[in-house]
Amino acid sequence: MWADRSAIILRRVILVILLLGAESASGGQVDWPEAGLVWKVFTLQDYNTRQVVISTILLGVTAGLVGTFLLLRRRSLMGDALSHATFPGIGAAFVVMILLGGTGRSLPGLLVGASVTGLLGVLLVMAIRNTTRLKDDAAMGIVLSVFFGVGVALIQMVKDMPQAGPAGLNDFIYGTAASMIHSDFLLILVVAIGTCLVSLLLLKELTLLCFDESFAASQGWPTVRLDIALLTLVTAVTVIGLQAVGLVLIIAFLITPATAARFWTQRLGWMLTLSAIIGGVSGWLGASLSALVRDLPTGAVIVLVAAAIFLLSMLFGCGRGVVPRGLRHARLRRKVGRQHLLRAVYEIVESGQPDVAEPVRNLPVTFDALLAHRSWSAAQVGGLLRTARAEDHLENTEPGSVRLSEAGFGEASRVTRNHRLWELYLIRYADIAPSHVDRDADLVEHVLDAEVVSQLESELQDRPSSLEVPPSPHFINQPSPEIS
Amino acid sequence: MKPFVDPPVIPVDGRPEHPDNLPLSIHDLTVAYHRKPVIWDIELNIPEGKLVGVVGPNGAGKSTLLKACLDLVPKTSGEVKIYGESYKKQRSLIGYVPQRESVDWDFPVSALDVVAMGTYRKIGWFKWVGKAQKKLAREALERVGIGHLGDRQISQLSGGQQQRVFLARALAQDAKVYFMDEPFAAVDAATEQAIVALLKELNKAGKTCLVVHHDLATVKRYFDWLVLLNMRVVASGPTAEIFTKDNLQKTYGGKLSLLDDVAEALRHVGR
Amino acid sequence: MNWTIDDTWIVIIGAMCAVACALPGCFLVLRRMSMMGDAISHAVLPGLAAGFLLTGSRASLVMFIGAGVVGVLTAVFTQWVSKFGKVDRGAAMGIVFTTLFAIGLIMIRQAADDVDLDAGCVLYGAIELTILEQPVRIGAFAIPPAALMIGSVLIANLLIIMLLFKEFRISSFDPALATTVGINANLMHYLLMTMVAITTVAAFEAVGSIIVIAMLIVPPATAFLLTHRLSVMLVFSVVIGVISSILGHMGALSVPLLFGLKGTVTSGMMAAVAGGLFFLAWILGPEGLLTTRVRGNREIEKPGSVPAGETG
Repeated sequence: MWADRSAIILRRVILVILLLGAESASGGQVDWPEAGLVWKVFTLQDYNTRQVVISTILLGVTAGLVGTFLLLRRRSLMGDALSHATFPGIGAAFVVMILLGGTGRSLPGLLVGASVTGLLGVLLVMAIRNTTRLKDDAAMGIVLSVFFGVGVALIQMVKDMPQAGPAGLNDFIYGTAASMIHSDFLLILVVAIGTCLVSLLLLKELTLLCFDESFAASQGWPTVRLDIALLTLVTAVTVIGLQAVGLVLIIAFLITPATAARFWTQRLGWMLTLSAIIGGVSGWLGASLSALVRDLPTGAVIVLVAAAIFLLSMLFGCGRGVVPRGLRHARLRRKVGRQHLLRAVYEIVESGQPDVAEPVRNLPVTFDALLAHRSWSAAQVGGLLRTARAEDHLENTEPGSVRLSEAGFGEASRVTRNHRLWELYLIRYADIAPSHVDRDADLVEHVLDAEVVSQLESELQDRPSSLEVPPSPHFINQPSPEIS
Repeated sequence: MKPFVDPPVIPVDGRPEHPDNLPLSIHDLTVAYHRKPVIWDIELNIPEGKLVGVVGPNGAGKSTLLKACLDLVPKTSGEVKIYGESYKKQRSLIGYVPQRESVDWDFPVSALDVVAMGTYRKIGWFKWVGKAQKKLAREALERVGIGHLGDRQISQLSGGQQQRVFLARALAQDAKVYFMDEPFAAVDAATEQAIVALLKELNKAGKTCLVVHHDLATVKRYFDWLVLLNMRVVASGPTAEIFTKDNLQKTYGGKLSLLDDVAEALRHVGR
Repeated sequence: MNWTIDDTWIVIIGAMCAVACALPGCFLVLRRMSMMGDAISHAVLPGLAAGFLLTGSRASLVMFIGAGVVGVLTAVFTQWVSKFGKVDRGAAMGIVFTTLFAIGLIMIRQAADDVDLDAGCVLYGAIELTILEQPVRIGAFAIPPAALMIGSVLIANLLIIMLLFKEFRISSFDPALATTVGINANLMHYLLMTMVAITTVAAFEAVGSIIVIAMLIVPPATAFLLTHRLSVMLVFSVVIGVISSILGHMGALSVPLLFGLKGTVTSGMMAAVAGGLFFLAWILGPEGLLTTRVRGNREIEKPGSVPAGETG
């Protein structure tokens, strides 16, 4: 009873989301099939579309895995050169099969041809890069355009062959999820699973290759052959993706999920998993949508789903996303600003004190003195003071001056102490001229944790106990004398 | 100390002899990029158990020498033998620390993962990293003093800590001869001390270390054997004998911009 | 092979296209951004489609502007993704151009019932059909409109490169230096991207984007192998582009006849010929594979007589 009800609700929610998405994509002219069919397609229960959807899901998972290595090897666009280089192979295989007396339309035959020229193209890219002054990008551009041009010329030539008939070879450019015959489905299934297995078997080797090629070579790994192995895996994904996604867009299937996954994690294992999931989800949603809505090309929808996931990941990914990073940065800036303010007040109070031996007392400081102490604008100081007041670090005094609260004063002496410990540490150990210390210390002390502070204290044994502030090792607010 | 004399090279049918008790023996080595030689006519024999500094001005081919020993750059001529055999056969005896800038530190792996890479060759093809290798890697990290940072992503380490990770990876290789490319470049003082301590420890255990170095002021303290290189070997031998004003001027002579450095170093030589 | 006045026009249009592409292409190759040409020529599709859907005509200013804007946006988005997302440049480019291309593809397919814009012709174009359009009469000459279109883009590119040669050169070799002498390297970057985008659109109308992608990269890369000087490289790449056009069209007419077939598209053949020329330069050029093999290692300039201490 409950299961039924929740299934119905879930169905409606999914329907609404999908409808909204498709409507905006197509200007509101979608002829939606009835809800039952939609549900069946998405849950793989519809016989006609099941094979296509399953194969694109698998394709997405495989592309996600292999694409991660391609991305980490910084060879993303190699996938693009490769996919375009498969085109003349399709044409050539078509001709060969016709000459052998076939129809020329057998998918396995076409894909073998595609693999051959695809790999040839990739090897040529590597050869051009290694034997000329040209770089990666030019080598890829040359192979991409020349191979594709040859393919176009070849296919336009043979399409008029008397035996050929309408071959639909151009479908490989943009992809189509035309109903797939069972043997093609099995082929894609086997190649995809095989590719996944090989890339997992080579996990350690490929990781090493991507991270540190020269170390891998020094250990005796055959780096060139590993490179070719990686590109063979990419070729396999490309070739089985040609029919559904098309050669222009297959590169997105390879790199978009991997790049999106990178925003969420710092671990390769998780990155591979996430990338495979994102690839699978893109394949599932893309193929289902395009099966349901007329004139919605499969490859394009898959790419848009993946791109949407990428955009969300780039903005909100918890590892390297733009928004979390911005928040962290803002937090750090606030912290740095607060510490600068507290230390400035402390130093002003300290310098106004006649007797250096006396403990520093919490006295009010004028606004003008603060302004003069650092290169702050009035607006900046105002902002800093507002924050400090909100944090109860300030007490109310007469206008134009500032006085720290009990808590603020404690915090100020702590911050100043850390800062000076750090300065001393730098002077003592890193041979940095004291006149340069201030700048470095300002940056670094904000990331010092308590452990380092205590380590510094123990290393600087002649410093007094923890609550007192050691005198500044350089003259505050004065041009430092040359110490050499 | 008895001055070390290079073992005599006896030509047999024009082929040099590579004694198999020498961790590194180089004969007639020339390496060229785009028909321009980087190092040439290198003859070098390194005795076992030495801490060897490879020193010379920028562009002298120090890194290239190391890479040629490890088969990482093609040799135009000459041969390199490790304990009398070619590098290919002796790979398991070798540990390598590349320059820190040679890799992308943004790569999604932890420090422990990187150190475990030192054991990959022993694991062999297709098998994943197991518990034993992880344990080994953790121990190597402990030895360089950053055992607590094993789970950090490598971009969150400081430059010195990254360098230590690379050293730990070489330790995990459990080698007899170590090749280190500028391990002291841009590290903090604490790391420098840790590296020196580690080098001495390896030295005590009878390992041979070849270290590309650029700071003349510390050469005397760190290394007991010195190779002065400026495209060719200017001098090679025990530091005490080789580190002379004469030799340094031969090595750095033409580099006017470096004269101050040389003068500073000569002050340390004490002549 | 029956050569007619139409064939001459096809060769001229193809050559103008090749030259218009090769000029900015030289700087793409030097800046190591060759793949940007590929990316932009794919990414302009939604701009083309939008312009086309709005006006219903294939040669409208709106379409031109739409595609140009999207082309520049590709460069901008790529920059953003790689900067803010800390994504490898190549990957950023790949993601941006495929997304835009996918949007364009969906727009075209959805509108396929109403309009006559075939995704296939975006790629190969139909240089052979351009001469069938009503020619424009200028004085005594009858000029195909496509030739006028591509010709004006060619002149614009030529003028820009000639006027800003110094600026382009310096900002391609050393952007930092360019900035210090008061040249906005960023501005030059986007100017180059705009040129590529506009050229792509103009060429798409006439000849299809495959020619653009090939002619942006292959002739400049071939020229790059033949010379070390930028001015010579520009001249060489122009010559190579023109040769590709002539031989490409002749090949498209004659090669299929050898196999008893009717003929093929000139655009594909032009790319193939350019590829052949590159191959020749790669093997036989001054630094070619065969050339260096013949010379061997004899040329290693080993100043063996100089004492080690005196080199530097």
